[in-house]
Amino acid sequence: MTRYLIRRLGQAALVVAGVVTLTFVIMRLVPGDPAVAYAGPRASPAELAAARRQFGLDDPLPVQLWTYVRDLLGGDWGTSLHTRRPVRDDLFQAFPASLELVGAALVVAVVVGIPLGVAAARYKGRLPDLSIRLSSMLAVSVPVFWLALALQTVFASGLGWFPVAGEYDTNLDRTSPLHVYTNVTAVDALFTGNWPILASTLSHLVLPALVIAAYPAGVVAQMTRAALIEESARDHARLERALGFGETAVLTRFALRPALNPVLSLVALVFAYSIVNGFLVEAVFNWPGLGRYAADSIRSLDTPSIAGVTLLVAVLYVAANLAVDLLQGVVDPRVRAR
Amino acid sequence: MTAPGGVLPLRRTPLRRLAGVDRLAVAGAVLLALVVLAALLAPWIAPYPDDGGSATHPLEALVPPSGAHWFGTDQVGRDVLSRVLFGARTSLLIAVAVLVISGVAGVVLGVVAGYAGGWVRDVIMRVTDVFLAFPALLLSLALAVVLQPSVTTVIVAIAVTWWPWYARLTASVAASVATRGFVDSARCLGVPAPVIVFRHVLPNSLTPVLVQLSLDGGGVILTAAALSYLGLGAHEPTSEWGLMVQQGQSLFTTDWWVVTFPGLAILLTAFAFNVLGEGLRARLAR
Repeated sequence: MTRYLIRRLGQAALVVAGVVTLTFVIMRLVPGDPAVAYAGPRASPAELAAARRQFGLDDPLPVQLWTYVRDLLGGDWGTSLHTRRPVRDDLFQAFPASLELVGAALVVAVVVGIPLGVAAARYKGRLPDLSIRLSSMLAVSVPVFWLALALQTVFASGLGWFPVAGEYDTNLDRTSPLHVYTNVTAVDALFTGNWPILASTLSHLVLPALVIAAYPAGVVAQMTRAALIEESARDHARLERALGFGETAVLTRFALRPALNPVLSLVALVFAYSIVNGFLVEAVFNWPGLGRYAADSIRSLDTPSIAGVTLLVAVLYVAANLAVDLLQGVVDPRVRAR
Repeated sequence: MTAPGGVLPLRRTPLRRLAGVDRLAVAGAVLLALVVLAALLAPWIAPYPDDGGSATHPLEALVPPSGAHWFGTDQVGRDVLSRVLFGARTSLLIAVAVLVISGVAGVVLGVVAGYAGGWVRDVIMRVTDVFLAFPALLLSLALAVVLQPSVTTVIVAIAVTWWPWYARLTASVAASVATRGFVDSARCLGVPAPVIVFRHVLPNSLTPVLVQLSLDGGGVILTAAALSYLGLGAHEPTSEWGLMVQQGQSLFTTDWWVVTFPGLAILLTAFAFNVLGEGLRARLAR
């Protein structure tokens, strides 16, 4: 296990190094001069030169890459051009809100997707199966930004069942101020017993979380169905049938547990994808997460911030991959031999 | 995925096989054919072909759906149905271009990696790992910000993020093809390595990639629409579904048709690709 662990960690480190290099290369392709963007259009040549020196833009590229890596490791992720704050602080503030949203969405996706997958496998080839498969394909085909707009228009602006935008009603900051510990508002509100803000956050969460949940729910249902069908064709399932267990019992009591293994690793991998998909949803619902930050950064061609967001999500994805592989290595010794 | 131990699962009569899987693939193919037809015939079947481009009719702005304008008109009075039909051209062009570019690049790199093995394989696979660490939309976002907004940018940005999947898939298939007898015999006969790779290994490694390509069309369409929605893709007066949603989004509460129909078009096209791909994959799995 130790050798597997070391090898897998080494691979992940290599990928992260590649990710940093690739991000650096893309950010250097920007047509505009970052020094101009920072110093402003009316800066004097001397101010421009100072800005170029400050960002090290006169150095050769490999030196710039090395400086970039050194700064990243030292915790300096650059200064955002549009908020004028350290990118790292911005990310620390925005990421928990995204995590809250995507976390809620993934819970919904698992709670909805797994039972649907089980039902589809149980009635394989019949009407319930066909309709579940078709709806899960619809769920993965829907453009999130459009679904977000549609749900917002119908259920928030139209029927008024849910709030239109934001993370919670900020008027509550005056009547029951929130003590911030984790920056995940729902968690902070829960642990400080701040019920008005908790209720407000939950009602603000419903629509955006449902939109983000569509894609993972669809793939979870498809994966659960496929894994269950494969599992229920194994010898142990024949034995269970011979012992007189019904088809539903074979699926839920015996086949489901081994089938959940690939499904749960799928959820971990869909996590990073959902964060990025959430960007579009956050923009629609004005959710104060990474997506809105990225949208603002894109609008102002803010390369350090865009690089920061890109790096953070890519590293998260590598970490999720690593976690899944290590967990499977612990559970299933055959994985280590690969 | 055949049944392990050669045990045939219950209830798999030929009739059900025809009813279950092939019907799905056929349904997807028919849907997709409709979209392709709409794209090809747009200039002839669109009720107001000029509205697909820069024509404006300020006096007819935001007319609700009616006999004259089935899908209503947009902010500058253009027929939404005509623009949705022309938008099929943009979306399919992007999808085909991305799938061809990334498919070719991925298959070539993958087949080389799979056949050569050793350090060549390691280098290619580590590079694909790096690209796979970026969710497709994220990397194309970063690229599209850096390049100028246009349809070409969208194609390049998505293709750059898309090829590693095909490289990885082809590499694993090619590695197993490379161990087969006919490859050994070709090698013993003195056939040069490039000929073995591209004439013998490659054609025998293609099927899974082709299925994956048809399954991915929907993903490309969705990613392209998202980039256009963010203003990083096609611009006025091009008919593009994501762009149409973005331009109409502030009107959703009052003039729902401006946003609803382009969104439905994206949904339908992505759905057609997914249904076709699912049907093909299920068939291949037998």
